[in-house]
Amino acid sequence: MPERARKIRVSCVVNGGAASFEAYPMARLLDVLREELKLTGTKEGCGEGECGACSIEMDGALVNSCLVPALQAQGTKIRTIEGLAIGGSLHAVQQAFLTHGGAQCGICTPGMILAAANLLARYPQPDDAQIREGLSGNLCRCTGYMKIFESVVAAVRRAETRA
Amino acid sequence: MRAYLPAYEMETPRDLEAALGRMASEPGVWRPFAGGTDLMVLLEAGKLPHQKFLNIWNLAELRGMEVSSEHVTLGALTTYTEVQRNKTLLREFPLLCRAAAETGSVATQNRGTLGGNIANASPAADSPPALIVYDAEIEIVSAGGSRWVHYASFHTEYKKMNLHAGELIRRIRLLRTHAQWKQYFRKVGTRRAQAISKICFAGAARVEAGRIADVRIALGSVAPTVLHAVRVEELLRGQRPGSAVLQAAQDALNAEIAPIDDMRSTAPYRRNVARNLLAEFLEVLAG
Repeated sequence: MPERARKIRVSCVVNGGAASFEAYPMARLLDVLREELKLTGTKEGCGEGECGACSIEMDGALVNSCLVPALQAQGTKIRTIEGLAIGGSLHAVQQAFLTHGGAQCGICTPGMILAAANLLARYPQPDDAQIREGLSGNLCRCTGYMKIFESVVAAVRRAETRA
Repeated sequence: MRAYLPAYEMETPRDLEAALGRMASEPGVWRPFAGGTDLMVLLEAGKLPHQKFLNIWNLAELRGMEVSSEHVTLGALTTYTEVQRNKTLLREFPLLCRAAAETGSVATQNRGTLGGNIANASPAADSPPALIVYDAEIEIVSAGGSRWVHYASFHTEYKKMNLHAGELIRRIRLLRTHAQWKQYFRKVGTRRAQAISKICFAGAARVEAGRIADVRIALGSVAPTVLHAVRVEELLRGQRPGSAVLQAAQDALNAEIAPIDDMRSTAPYRRNVARNLLAEFLEVLAG
C-alpha cells in the first residue's frame, strides 16, 4: 500500500476546553476522541452511522462521530458525554436515566443521553412524537426503549417544574 | 477489512475556486467530500475506491438559499435538517421536506446534503424523486465554467451520471410552480426511522375541473436510477383520477419500472407496492 497522507494537527474545542491532536485526515473522530483524547465515554456500535452509540455534538448539532473525518473537526466546538454534567451536577437527562432505569448495559447510553439532551436544547418541551423522533437514530438492545423514553419524559417534566 | 488510513489524503481548499483548480489539476483524482454520511461508511468497510478528497463542507459558495419569483435555489451543501426548517420549502415543496425528514436519523440529517445525495447516485435515495417532481435543475461547475442540467436526465444508468472529472454540483434550482398542486409522498421501508427505502414514491398534480391537467411522478428503488415515470404521466394527463384510469395507469407503471431482488426487498413486492402507491396517489388527487 502506498503511504501518502501525513498526520495533521487538528485544533478544536472539546467540552469547553482547547484540544489539539494529531491524526490522519480521514481518521474517524470517534477513534480520535477515544484513543488520542482518552474520552472513552463515546462508544462504537455499528461503525456505519446506523446505531447512534457514537453520537456527539459538533457546533451544537448531533452527529455520528464514526462518520466524521478528523480533518473536519478543525475549528469546531465538540461536546461529548464527558462534557454534559456541569461541575458535580448531572444534566437533567442523566439524572432521569439514573432515577428511571434508562440504562442497562450502558453501550448505547452516552449516545442516547446526548441525543435526548440535544433534543431538549432544540425543543425544551417536546411532545411524545418529537421525543421518539429525537431518539430514533439511537439503537438499544437491552431496555426495549420504554424506560429510555420515560426517562426523557421525566427530564422534561423536571425542567418544567423548575421553570 | 478496515481502510488503511495513511492511503487517504484530504485537504481543505480555501474557497470554491481553489477546490475546482485542484480538481482540474489532476482530473478525476480529487473528489469532493461533504458531510461524509456515505463516504465514511465505505471507508470503514474498506470499500472507498478514491483516495484523495477535498473537504468542501465549509465552502460558503455551496451553501445558502436564494428565492426569486420563479425559483428557489439551494446550495449543494444544504443539509436535510436545513431543508426541514425552511419555511418556503415547507410551504411550497413539501415532498422535499418529507423526503428529508425520512432520510436517516437526526444525526444523519445534520450532515447529509442534497448535493451529496445526488452525487452518491443511489437509486434508493429519497430526495431525488421529490427533485424530479419539482423539475429541478442543477448547476454543475468546474474550473472551465458552469452549466445547468435538468435533474430528471442527470442519472444515466446505475451509479452513472452526467458529471465529468473536475466537475462539482454547486446548486439545485426548483421551479416555484407546484405550490398549488396536490402533492403526495410515501416512503416504504423496514422501519419508520433510519431505514433505506424498499420503495419511495413522489407525485404531484394540478387538478382542474376534476381532471388531471398536469402531473409529475418519480420513484426510488424501482430501477437502476431514480425513475421519472413519464409514460404514466402521459397516460394520466387529461384523465379523471378515479377507478376508470387506475388499471391502465398501474399497467403503465408496471411496464415502466424494473425493480430487483436485493437485501432490502424483492422485485414482486416492489411491483405490488408501486401499484398500491399509485392508487393511493390517485385517491389523493380525487379527494
